[in-house]
Amino acid sequence: MISLEDVTVHYGSAPAVVQVREGIDPGEWVGLIGPNGAGKTTLLKAVAGLVAHDGVIRIDGAPSTALGPKDLARMVAYVPQHPEFPADMTVGAYALLGRTPHIGYFGTESGHDRQVCATLLQWLGLSSMAERPLGTLSGGELQRVVLARALAQEAPVLLLDEPTSALDLGRRVEALELVDRLRHERALTVVSAMHDLTLAGQFADRLVLMDGGRAVAAGKPDEVLLEDVLGDHFGTGVRVLRTDDGDLVVVPRRAR
Amino acid sequence: MAVLRPVSVRRPVGVALCALAGAVVVGVSVGPADVSLPTVLRILLSHVPVLHYRSGANPVSASIVWEIRLPRVVLGGIVGAMLAGGGAAYQGVFRNPLADPYLLGVAAGAGLGATVVLVSGPRLSELLPPAAFVGAVAAVTLTYAVGSRVGRHGATASIVLAGVAVAALLTAVQTYLQQQHSQDLQVVYGWILGQLTTANWSDVVLVLPYAAVSALALLVHRRLLDVLRLGQDEADSLGVRTSRVRLAVVAAATLGTAAAVAVSGLIGFVGIIVPHTVRLSTNSSYRVVVPVSMIGGAAFLILADVAARTVQAPGEIPIGVVTAFVGAPFFLFVLRSRRAGKSVS
Repeated sequence: MISLEDVTVHYGSAPAVVQVREGIDPGEWVGLIGPNGAGKTTLLKAVAGLVAHDGVIRIDGAPSTALGPKDLARMVAYVPQHPEFPADMTVGAYALLGRTPHIGYFGTESGHDRQVCATLLQWLGLSSMAERPLGTLSGGELQRVVLARALAQEAPVLLLDEPTSALDLGRRVEALELVDRLRHERALTVVSAMHDLTLAGQFADRLVLMDGGRAVAAGKPDEVLLEDVLGDHFGTGVRVLRTDDGDLVVVPRRAR
Repeated sequence: MAVLRPVSVRRPVGVALCALAGAVVVGVSVGPADVSLPTVLRILLSHVPVLHYRSGANPVSASIVWEIRLPRVVLGGIVGAMLAGGGAAYQGVFRNPLADPYLLGVAAGAGLGATVVLVSGPRLSELLPPAAFVGAVAAVTLTYAVGSRVGRHGATASIVLAGVAVAALLTAVQTYLQQQHSQDLQVVYGWILGQLTTANWSDVVLVLPYAAVSALALLVHRRLLDVLRLGQDEADSLGVRTSRVRLAVVAAATLGTAAAVAVSGLIGFVGIIVPHTVRLSTNSSYRVVVPVSMIGGAAFLILADVAARTVQAPGEIPIGVVTAFVGAPFFLFVLRSRRAGKSVS
């Protein structure tokens, strides 16, 4: 679904992403992990067409640079780490913004657009909040609202940058379970940048470890979440344990 | 299954239109010559093309209402609509609640153009509106040319900073010219403070095409201005070419503002007060803010002009003074009396 061919991104003269080569299959969930400044956000932005890149990024076979902004927006939905929530915009109006790629320049939302959003809000348990201003919602509710907007784009690829950083443990799991359910229901390809290595290992099909702009390891969670690999790149000792259910847990090893 | 309701635009627009109608009636009824309200209304009715109504009013009164008061009211309405609509649009493009139509140098450019003409001698006075217009448009073009090359693909902060620099430069030149021709200072100063005193139908005809194009262009961009509220990255990721939208909206707002400034001088405050009052009273969605600001701005300026010519009758206070004097406390009142949680951008 997504093919990254020698993708390089420079901010000025500083390289943020260097020669990344990866392929992501349709329906996969790939977790991007790595230390701060590794280039995870930059890579997501490059796929979303928000930063210029060298190399080729193919979405469903077509180079992303050959797609116009609207066509790209119909293929890729991007949720940034800190989305803007205008305080007095209603949940419904915000979700409708997700239909923008489907509306002409001088056009306005059609009945179909409203129907798509209404269905999504119901699916996400937000129907009763459709008229509420965003400023009155909790973090967990905003998380679902942002997913509603992203899904309203009806794009097969969903890019999430740290989707759970502001949420408590319960909301985190809830949000990720929701994304997992959605991706199966709607055959979405998900790429998410995540700090929480344990959750990344539990939810993603594959992990890509980035450091210094490069993809230094890629594979299934148990191939990437290795003590020495993580220790080298995160600069701290770690222990990787396996629970009875087969999940991997990454625990920092304190210097005592 | 509930269907999402669209943002309610009709009610706020309806209320604003009523306010405008009231302002127009007040505007044509008030003046040094005593013409009763029913007579005024009959005179207006007699000019409606198809009706062939005869007002039976005395010709002097009819002439005062139709040739003096009404053009002034109409021009005041158009100028107010352009300044308020332009202000709302600039606030949407630059996502800055203090953005007003003068932000990118419109005021400084128009002021310089007007000063150049005024100090060149009274025989050139009919060049004043075109000079102000050209000055305004040239200033914004310069700002955009410089500002959009700097920073990440037309980032708004660079354009605003370029506007500040261009405005400072042009104001400096203007001040220099004023110093060199200090005998003309009062005339220039009078123009800068804004006036609708010499308004006539030819001014209205002059401004109308620009105002119509500007208003239409701003109205069709309302939905996109709402998308821009999410910031550049998110708007881009939704498929909007944000730099093109910004350019189109700035061009439309500048056109309207330059035309307004060309005929009425630099009337301040309207572009900030009116859009924010609309946001605080109704909705921050640009689908509402743009049209209601235009209508509300028209009503506001017509009423401000009434105050300007009646408070110190038979003299006139510069209308720029009135808009600040009246507008600022009113705005503070609106700000205080609304609930928290309303956006200002």
